[in-house]
Amino acid sequence: MAEQIIMPDFGTDEGILLNWTKQVGDILKNGDVIAEIETDKATVEVPVTVSGTLLQLIGEPGKTVKIGDVIGYAGAAGENVGAAPAVAPAAAAAPVAAPVAAAAVAPVVAAAVAPVVAAAVAPVVAAVPVEPADGNLPDGLRASPVARKMAADRGIDLTQVQGSGPAGRIVKADIEGYVPPAPVVAAPAPVAAAPAIVTSYGKLPEGADVEIIDTSKMRARIASRMVDSKQQIPHFYVTTEIDVEAMLKFRAQINSAMDDAHKVSVNDFIIKAAALTLTEFPNLNTHFYGDKLARHKRINIGIAVALPNGGLINVVAKDADKVSLSTLAARNKEMIARARDNKLKPDDMQGSTFTVSNLGTFDVEHFLAIVNPPEAGILAVGSAKKVPVVLADGTVGVGNRMKVTISVDHRVSDGAEGAQFMKRFKEILEAPMQLV
Amino acid sequence: MAEKNVPMREALRAALIEEMERDERVFIMGEEVGGWQGTHKVTRGLLDMFGEKRVRDTPISEMVIAGAAVGAAMAGLRPVAELMTINFAFLSLDAIINHAAKVHYMFNGQFKVPLVIRAASGWGNQATATHSHVAEPIFAHFPGLYVACPSNAYDAKGMLKAAIRDDNPVLFSESIALYSKPSRIPDEEYVIPIGKSDVKRVGKHVTIVSYARGVEWSLEAAEILAKEGIEAEVVDLRWLRPLDLEPVFESFKKTNRCVVVEESLPHFSVGSELAAQLQEAAFDYMDAPIKRVSAMDVPLPYAKEIELMALPNAQKVVDAVKEVLY
Repeated sequence: MAEQIIMPDFGTDEGILLNWTKQVGDILKNGDVIAEIETDKATVEVPVTVSGTLLQLIGEPGKTVKIGDVIGYAGAAGENVGAAPAVAPAAAAAPVAAPVAAAAVAPVVAAAVAPVVAAAVAPVVAAVPVEPADGNLPDGLRASPVARKMAADRGIDLTQVQGSGPAGRIVKADIEGYVPPAPVVAAPAPVAAAPAIVTSYGKLPEGADVEIIDTSKMRARIASRMVDSKQQIPHFYVTTEIDVEAMLKFRAQINSAMDDAHKVSVNDFIIKAAALTLTEFPNLNTHFYGDKLARHKRINIGIAVALPNGGLINVVAKDADKVSLSTLAARNKEMIARARDNKLKPDDMQGSTFTVSNLGTFDVEHFLAIVNPPEAGILAVGSAKKVPVVLADGTVGVGNRMKVTISVDHRVSDGAEGAQFMKRFKEILEAPMQLV
Repeated sequence: MAEKNVPMREALRAALIEEMERDERVFIMGEEVGGWQGTHKVTRGLLDMFGEKRVRDTPISEMVIAGAAVGAAMAGLRPVAELMTINFAFLSLDAIINHAAKVHYMFNGQFKVPLVIRAASGWGNQATATHSHVAEPIFAHFPGLYVACPSNAYDAKGMLKAAIRDDNPVLFSESIALYSKPSRIPDEEYVIPIGKSDVKRVGKHVTIVSYARGVEWSLEAAEILAKEGIEAEVVDLRWLRPLDLEPVFESFKKTNRCVVVEESLPHFSVGSELAAQLQEAAFDYMDAPIKRVSAMDVPLPYAKEIELMALPNAQKVVDAVKEVLY
């Protein structure tokens, strides 16, 4: 009887079929590569666990194939595929009785049944060499022989299994207790198609005392991104107080010599200081993509701009570490004006690698910002305030101080780096000649 | 079936009597086995029962005892030679290993050597470094010689009868510490086949493999572990040669974890052999390293406390089981 060729588990739910490496009529041996697929991680070869003549291939290059899909049949030469059972091996436990003559229907059944059964009845997929062909486990991965054997038999990717033995060794019990990850929701929708926002606050209020307003696209997008950030990114915060006396004097000095278009704001100083500090802390100019990190070579500072009619948008000061303070100031002024006039150019909004949010003009002590994913950090800048300070000679005098807090994605960086960043940032702002 | 509580020395004695009554070619020889009734009293009363011809006191020479026994066996008798302890067997290694174990093969099967050499084994009360050997693994090293290591009175009786009836030479080791320990023994005759291991306790979490006195510690440890919800399976090898590892493999494939318990030293030991054979036969079933509980690799000290520290016990077995059950 013809045997099914099942799409094995590569630690991801699906992949794009790149090409078939065997043709109908070819003789297959256990372990032969039948196809190449591209997953979200890598291009992988698909080995078969059956032997015999390849009778049928199901699926076209460029199309998505899912784990557990029937991607072909093998058996005796000339055998009729229709005789094969139309359900995946996993479905043995499921009552899918109807014999399906057209094999093309099979993948649907398999895809529907396999993931469900997988959790309950582990051996879904026949033996699949999940381990590298050289027989070595990836660096740092430890697994007992029986755990390796069971993982291979069940098509479980050992890199996905948490080991409970000494030094994290994966043991039999870990394989037995392994539950395949739930299917991951597709990549976040593009900005244009703001996802529907669902709350669990009950019924929308009614009546004369309340006005009901449609959620704007911008509000929806901010809601979606901020929920995403706050729920997924482990934030930590480091606050420092900066003596801005020297910076304010320096700013007054510069601006006395500048025309209006090139006058430098406090925020420009902060953006420039942040950009210069980032040149020494490239890890905080790094974006998180799961098993990969993108370390940006350009330092583009996003500037959170509050809009007149509510809402918020980021404009991006490109190469803020390189351009001069006056040019930076001029560009920022133009972009912010465009933002408030709703005339932003696409380039104004793109390419941010790190963000600064400044509420200093609103007389705030200090605040904490939410990381703008996939960025690793955001600076929250409070107001410069005259405060009593202990001077170097031990007497109390008047100082000019500003509190700044960095919020950091802990998946990318750690507290010490956040603190070092803030220390350096403070040093630069307190000796502002470094900014020009 | 009627049965009685019988200590191992009495069970062995009963086996000797039954076999001597059954086959008049069976005879006993050794130091003080007759007039003095045997050092460990296994041959008590046999001189009176069977006379000087079949219960022979020998000179104090292990080479003579083993050498004469090999000659008698080659000539058609079925000697059961007693070495007072296995420590003295080293004096007779040439007769045991080069003669008893090889004559049949060296002379193209012209001779059989149906010989049993009984030897008391193990440490006791401060017998020190030269008189506390548990030397069975040395004898099990050589093809041509069977090695029996009973763990209790019941097994000892059935195994000794099988050894006497077999045409191959058998080194029959008797743990001194077990001589006075009783088993329930039926009145009816029974023989325990050569080269068959025995599962002494069924469990599912860990396989404890042992033999001779180690089985006692293993079963004791299994009791302690059971109170903590750990079900240990205890396999008694009974014979080091022929070595029957099928029940061990079967058990290991179920438990995936193994502790070997031996009264002897760890170097080149039964535990070493088990670890090697397990990884060859059941590598894909291994979930933790195989752990050995052995005597410490030192000349056994005299001082009582230090002597006991150097030797295995049930608590050490419990500890080892917990080490492999992560």
